[in-house]
Amino acid sequence: MRRNSGFWHWAQRVLQTQAFRITLVFVFFYVVSATALVAFTWWNAQRALDAQTDETIEAEVSGLREQYQRTGVIGLSDVITARVAQHGNGLYLLQSPTNSVLAGNLVELPTSAKTINRYVVEFDYQRSMQGEDVTRMARGQGFWLQGGYFLLVARDITDQKSSRKKFLTSIPWSVGLMLLFGIAGGVSMSRNLLRRLDAITRTSSEIVAGDFSRRVPLTGRHDEFDTLAENLNLMLDRTERLMKGMREVVDSVAHDLRTPLNRLRNRLEDMQRKLNPEDPHLDDIDAAIAETDRLIGTFNALLLIAEADSGMTRGSMAPIDLSVIVADVADLYAPLAEEKEIALDVAPSGVLTVEGNRSLVSQALANLIDNAIKYTPAGGHVTVSAGETPAGIDLTVADSGAGIPAADRTRVLERFVRLEKSRNSPGTGLGLSLVAAVARMHEAKLVLGDNAPGLKATISFPRTFVKKGANRE
Amino acid sequence: MRILVVEDDLEAQRYLVNGLKEAGHVVDDAADGDTGLTLALSRPYDCAIIDRMLPKMDGLNVVAEMREHGNTMPVLFLSALSEVDDRVKGLKAGGDDYLTKPYAFVELLARIDALMRRRAPAAVKTKLAVGDLELDLLTRTATREAQAIDLQPREFRLLEYLMRHAGQVVTRTMLLESVWEYHFDPQTNVIDVHISRLRAKIDKGFQTALLHTVRGAGYMIRAAK
Repeated sequence: MRRNSGFWHWAQRVLQTQAFRITLVFVFFYVVSATALVAFTWWNAQRALDAQTDETIEAEVSGLREQYQRTGVIGLSDVITARVAQHGNGLYLLQSPTNSVLAGNLVELPTSAKTINRYVVEFDYQRSMQGEDVTRMARGQGFWLQGGYFLLVARDITDQKSSRKKFLTSIPWSVGLMLLFGIAGGVSMSRNLLRRLDAITRTSSEIVAGDFSRRVPLTGRHDEFDTLAENLNLMLDRTERLMKGMREVVDSVAHDLRTPLNRLRNRLEDMQRKLNPEDPHLDDIDAAIAETDRLIGTFNALLLIAEADSGMTRGSMAPIDLSVIVADVADLYAPLAEEKEIALDVAPSGVLTVEGNRSLVSQALANLIDNAIKYTPAGGHVTVSAGETPAGIDLTVADSGAGIPAADRTRVLERFVRLEKSRNSPGTGLGLSLVAAVARMHEAKLVLGDNAPGLKATISFPRTFVKKGANRE
Repeated sequence: MRILVVEDDLEAQRYLVNGLKEAGHVVDDAADGDTGLTLALSRPYDCAIIDRMLPKMDGLNVVAEMREHGNTMPVLFLSALSEVDDRVKGLKAGGDDYLTKPYAFVELLARIDALMRRRAPAAVKTKLAVGDLELDLLTRTATREAQAIDLQPREFRLLEYLMRHAGQVVTRTMLLESVWEYHFDPQTNVIDVHISRLRAKIDKGFQTALLHTVRGAGYMIRAAK
């Protein structure tokens, strides 16, 4: 059963390949043109054979006519009798005006030949062969001679006809054979193609999953696939180099900006410590330190987005249970929600394991819950849930706040974009950008939708990041 | 306490050394990995603060070498690098704590205090007590003046951490890292709300307050003097 379904799956894949479709089209045109060619050849050969027979008859007729003019009926009968004695393919019949047979090897005038004068006809006749009467086919010309005599000259074409018939019946067989070979060729070509493509697909999904050292294998056949693989590998080398470069840039930007920021904060703290607690400048210094911390916060968020987007954090992925993450982050925000008189509900779920970075997914969820609590008025509710969908696993935070107008939903995911009404509340304008970057890093999608009323933010993890088997227990 | 500071940014080093001396510590300093390792292996220290990127020998290697020589002193890494992978690398190399630059000095001070305290091999305790507040780690119950206090599991862990560090400043980041195991900044100050709920349970209705807010630093639980 399993083997059978495997075969059907495989057959379906083969049928869907380009190679198989190309083969089918090719076989179709090949069969049509081959049939046309065979038909034309057959028709032409037939015509040539007929013409040959007709020419022979024509020549004999004109010879016999001459004989009749020179020697009369007696002479003609003698010549015909002599020719009949040769046992060739020739058929002759000479009739008197009273319809009695004077000479020839035909017993009587075939009915079809009687009516037509000087015209080529095909007819059946009886002939005794080895003591038996058989019906055979002939092609010939009958005409009237001066004095009321009728002469029929024909040739036996039975053998010719039967070989033509054999040829005709062989055509469907050869066409069928051609179709069979064509389809077999298409299937084997498709299988070969699929195998090579599978190698490329496997490699690329391994790379997507985080193993950037993988390369597409070469077969050494130096064909188009090897060229494609070589180009892909070259591209991968370049991407890896770029990613490494990006990592170095992020690291050196981090280092080169953090060092002076550190000194700045150190100096401010130093001043704060040295001043008398009653000094009026202390407030200014506190404000300057707070501003520095905001700057550092923005900088850290930007750096984290860059890290998540550059794939640097791919190495830190491990199986994580989203239901635990939901419970933990909700637990962290529960007192805050309670203080704001917002009901923070966690929809229960079973174990939902995905491949991910615990810290970043937690932070993304924290950002979504933080936003939901911030923009939901007292008395409202926020619901956090994780659940399986046909496409993977969805992580959802839904609130009953003001929501985001449909037109702004894409825009708010951009860096530093803050909607007018939230401009005065604290925040860097990077919260949702970070959530989007974390989603991208997990091949997941962040979708902002309408909770009517309120905002419904969903991170959809794809099946490929869901750990198989782990969710069954 | 004797502290070793290995930091190549001389201005940051001077500031760090001065701050630690003001806090009453004895401080040695080094500006590169080689000198730092030699000092760490030749003199007894209670704690080391080591920058992640150092000339001559990387901070990670310094600590790895120290551990190889059987040196177990607590190490706090300072790093100006990007975060996600780096923290894991630092802790794997044998570091005990990790702080990203720029840091607040009070944060650093609170962390090295916690590290040095941890070093003293405390006997396995089943009960923690601060003043008349008692925490039974086996039955997971809290009592004050013989009154049982009803705590949620997370509140219990929060109180346990504070009581293990009784008399010490505990920062919000330290609480977030050890009680929730999060290494990010939750934009709103959620920790303050947790603390105020805990405070309502352990201090409200009692004569003396045990849980104090340390301005500009964090929190501290201590018995009334």
